[in-house]
Amino acid sequence: MTPRDRTQSHQCSAKTGGRTPAGTRLWGSLGPIMRHVLLAAVAIAFLIPFYWMAISALKDNSQIFARPLQWWPHPVQWDNILRALTYPGFPFLRFLWNSVFYAGCVSLGTVLSCAAVGYGFARLHFPGRDLLFAITVSTMLIPGIVIFIPTFVLFKHLGLLGTYVPLIVPACLGNAFFIFLLRQFFLGLPQELTDAARVDGAGEFRIFWQIMLPLVRPALLVAALLSFIWTWHEFFGPLIYLSDRSQYPLSLGLFAFRAQHTTEWSLLLAASTLATLPLVVLFFCTQRYFLEGMTLIGIKG
Amino acid sequence: MAVKRAQQARQGGARRREARAGLLFVLPWLLSLLLFTAYPVLMTLYLSFTDYNIVQPPRWVGWQNYRTMFTADPAFWTSIGNSAYYAFLAVPLGLAGALGLALLLHTRTPGMGVYRTLIALPVLVPPVASTIVFIAMFDPDNGLINALLQTVGLPTAGWLIDPTWAKPALIILSLWGLGASALIFLAGLQEIPQALLDAAAIDGAGPWQRFRHVTLPLLTPVILFNLVMGVISSFHIFTQALVVGGTTGKPLESTLMFMVHIYRTAFRYFAMGQAAALAVVLFLAVLVVTLVIFRSAHVWVYYEGSRDSNR
Repeated sequence: MTPRDRTQSHQCSAKTGGRTPAGTRLWGSLGPIMRHVLLAAVAIAFLIPFYWMAISALKDNSQIFARPLQWWPHPVQWDNILRALTYPGFPFLRFLWNSVFYAGCVSLGTVLSCAAVGYGFARLHFPGRDLLFAITVSTMLIPGIVIFIPTFVLFKHLGLLGTYVPLIVPACLGNAFFIFLLRQFFLGLPQELTDAARVDGAGEFRIFWQIMLPLVRPALLVAALLSFIWTWHEFFGPLIYLSDRSQYPLSLGLFAFRAQHTTEWSLLLAASTLATLPLVVLFFCTQRYFLEGMTLIGIKG
Repeated sequence: MAVKRAQQARQGGARRREARAGLLFVLPWLLSLLLFTAYPVLMTLYLSFTDYNIVQPPRWVGWQNYRTMFTADPAFWTSIGNSAYYAFLAVPLGLAGALGLALLLHTRTPGMGVYRTLIALPVLVPPVASTIVFIAMFDPDNGLINALLQTVGLPTAGWLIDPTWAKPALIILSLWGLGASALIFLAGLQEIPQALLDAAAIDGAGPWQRFRHVTLPLLTPVILFNLVMGVISSFHIFTQALVVGGTTGKPLESTLMFMVHIYRTAFRYFAMGQAAALAVVLFLAVLVVTLVIFRSAHVWVYYEGSRDSNR
């Protein structure tokens, strides 16, 4: 940007005064077209790996690594999908179901427990509350591995290795991040609501369940969504706790497949696409909440 | 008097009831804190002073695990070096990229929603899947990235099979996911009151000055948040490194990250005591770095309401 551009844009905003507010935008003076060009370039760069994964799922190996690059599979290898789904020893449909089960349970349990705990921290007074909350926030700094080593030993002694119990039960007791997030939302609700309900003789649980919970529904949805996606991505927990392949969620199944078939690229990428697709569908169904969720984390966090 | 006392008693009763309800609401988390936080932390600390292979009971060995890692475990230093290299490049690049992207996206021009969606998409890809895609794209002979580099006349690299380029490749992979922090920055930008920017513009501040003296200071709390999150998550890089290099950090231990080293010590060699000591070191590292960042925060983070803000 030349000094001349800068003075011009300055004159512009000064002249129009209150009507067109001066942007926060450093790029404001670049002009809308330049900005679109830049953004389009960035968006394409971000999209290429995504696109590459999806079209490579419909190519054979020689097409994936062809020179010149093949931006569209020719011919389209539709049977890759079928081959990936029915590959002997790697039941991807089973993995898919395991992922749905795992992420579904964790997300449901997390939202229920974190809503209750967040509500307790935000709206009810009890001795030691603030100290307990401070401890809760500081636990976010503890590396997962510090927890995993003794917990693994514990579950081994309980004979629960190779089951989903160690993956689901601890998660259902709450999660510091979501407790923090939901507490912020409960804090924002008016105290009069609680007082009025108490005068009317409603018990604390009823106030929570029937009055407060419906008011923070968007936040609950965001928490459920984020928890679902993060559990779908989860790799370390399943890696150490699960041993039987029929129990693997998609992440781990994909990893095991890659370990055995390093060169089956078309199948690897077809399976990767299949592991991503459900989240993309979920994302487009709930996009508004999802983007809102990222925004909320930014503001509340 | 009697009425007042009865009222007080009723209030006291209400307060007790509320306290009971409060404890009941946080009970699941209290259990989790005791069972899955306090107990494991103390246990890890204890195990780090023992020799323990899960089968036989732990045997107290004092500081030996720590001595071993510092003096007799070359993989310890290698993996710390790799993790530090990764964190020092991935975090600042990710922050700068995310901030730049958020500034580009922060405008009322139509079509921004589409860009926002496109940039958020990579965040959805499971790490194992995105790593597999990038391994294919980084293929030195016929991968997409070298093909594109050649097309524009740039030199190509061996990427994930070359020890010097494997870590930069992992960093590029991490940058693909910076959409999440860009959206968080964008939310922060939207919180900045327009009135302040208008006032600055009327006072004759150009776009750069407005950015430097209004936008950036008001954004520092979000920068702090993203910085802490970025540092912590880069210290924990595991999945991508394991998919690329396995437990040996191929090629030539260049992708042997600290977490991979802990993982293989604990769950491949079942040297739980040694692994616990490594985990304690990771904990301390996270703690020290976070404390340093927070201690430095009062110098560079602007908090609304504090007086010494205009530096």
